[in-house]
Amino acid sequence: MSNRIPLIYSPKVLELFRNPKNLGAIPDADIHGTAGSLACGDMIAIYIKLSSDGKNIEKATFESYGCAANIAAASIMTEMIKGKSLEEAWNIDWKTITEELGGLPSVKYHCGVLAVGALRRAIRKYFEGRGDKPSWLPEDLTHEEKHAIEEEKLMEQLSKRVQSLK
Amino acid sequence: MGSEIRRDAEDLIKIHGTPPREVYLDSENSGLIFPEALKAMVDCYVAYGYGHPSITHKVGWESYEVLVKSSEVISKALGCSSDEILYLHSGTEANNLAVLGFAKAHVGSSRRKILVSSIEHLSVIHAAESLVKYGFDVVKIPVDVEGFVDLDALSSLIDSNTLMVSVGMVNHEIGVIQDLRGIIEVVKDRDENIVFHTDAVDALGRVKFNLKDLGVDLASFSSHKVFGPKGAACLYVSDGLNLEPILYGQLSTQRLWPGLENVPAICGFAKAVEVMMDRFDEFNSKMRGLRDMLIDGILSSVDHSILNGPRGGRRVSDNVNISFIYCEGEALTVELSLRGVYVSSGSACTSRILQPSHVLIAIGRRFEEAHGSILMKVTPMHSSDDINYVLENIPKAVGRVRSISPFKVG
Ligand SMILES: Cc1ncc(COP(=O)(O)O)c(C=O)c1O
Repeated sequence: MSNRIPLIYSPKVLELFRNPKNLGAIPDADIHGTAGSLACGDMIAIYIKLSSDGKNIEKATFESYGCAANIAAASIMTEMIKGKSLEEAWNIDWKTITEELGGLPSVKYHCGVLAVGALRRAIRKYFEGRGDKPSWLPEDLTHEEKHAIEEEKLMEQLSKRVQSLK
Repeated sequence: MGSEIRRDAEDLIKIHGTPPREVYLDSENSGLIFPEALKAMVDCYVAYGYGHPSITHKVGWESYEVLVKSSEVISKALGCSSDEILYLHSGTEANNLAVLGFAKAHVGSSRRKILVSSIEHLSVIHAAESLVKYGFDVVKIPVDVEGFVDLDALSSLIDSNTLMVSVGMVNHEIGVIQDLRGIIEVVKDRDENIVFHTDAVDALGRVKFNLKDLGVDLASFSSHKVFGPKGAACLYVSDGLNLEPILYGQLSTQRLWPGLENVPAICGFAKAVEVMMDRFDEFNSKMRGLRDMLIDGILSSVDHSILNGPRGGRRVSDNVNISFIYCEGEALTVELSLRGVYVSSGSACTSRILQPSHVLIAIGRRFEEAHGSILMKVTPMHSSDDINYVLENIPKAVGRVRSISPFKVG
């Protein structure tokens, strides 16, 4: 194992931070979800507009409260799911996002996890709302969705503990 | 997995590009050196002071002489005797030796309690906490909303088990200048055998003090914080105080720190201290002016911005620390960097969750306030044009980072 801790940001991350793609909310989004919170120090919101037949993702956008890697992860993910079916979008995992960004050091893995967590949450919520859960959608929460919940809970607890000490 | 990533800083720098103007406000972490200090150091490397000060030949003796002369300059600035100065290579090492070396010399003692303020530098807190598994208790002294140590709480925490107390003279993040005299009085009134350490790394050259007069037992200082070279630092160990070494080896002029002293860097350190002290009033009044220009300018031009730490004379002359709510700090440092303004953020993505600064949490900032903080340090080398450039860019940078966020300022 190398003794050197790699630079946190890749050129790709810096580029996407400077010129993010698909930034901004879609007011009449068909699908919308978030992961993270203000207290966590990072939160990603995902917005999706479906094609008229409801099959494919016509437009996907994001907003991010987080570091440059967070913004870059959300940006690249929305780029990757454009034109895809919801099932294809569901199957993108955080490792793929990380690779697309030119690799992230372990301290930044959670940025990719959070982006996928927001997307999967949004998709799950969409089908729950319609009541027609497709067979490819797993019953159990995936790693990325659980991570989002854990992160939010952890921060809530930490934040409460700190408040109670005062 | 992280170790497999290869990346070149060169590519990053190329993509970043060179902004039209650059203002470096991150001397908290590292920074420029006074030209006088650099010259003194270079002279050492090439002419007088390049030998090993422990060796018995003329070149060795020259280095020895450089060490002694440097100690004379530094001890005069600190208000102690030159024999009480021990050289190390960083403030981190000085804090570690103060805490670990003193505790180690007292492992058999019934005193097992170490009190540190809740806003100490992590090189004090982590060093102290590493002793817990050897049976020491580490207790944090609370501070108020501006970062001042609560004297009543301090007094109530002291008992017959207390071995040492460590409170920084000036806090590195929020610039609070502690009432060290009052703190030491509380400690020594309760029990004069309790040893008092102060991390004075950020106080040197910015606050007037005299170690003997204050009654401090141990004090840490670092060269790069006074615009000297990196790789030199010192610990004041008051005469007669018993410390155990924490490193072992040979060949040093110092019992407590083995190995070759970084003589050229120490020489540069002494020169930097001399410059800083000779021009103390001029530098500090200049820095105070730039500091307040920056604070007032930001608070009046950016909504939802709050100053962390006190104002005026109770704040060190160079420190500006501001939280921008709804604006993530690390993203802001990158956005500012693209604009040629180099600052650091209080939050560090150290694990799966973003770790807010322990200092900001200790003064009662909410997590979202702590995450959006940036730390800037002005120096005597900055001009008001520099600050104006920064003031032009901060509202734009905060605006951009906020525009990316799902939380809307309202
Ligand atoms: C208050 C304080 N203590 C200790 C240190 C550590 O000093 P060094 O960087 O020389 O290890 C710093 C440096 O940032 C500091 O600001």
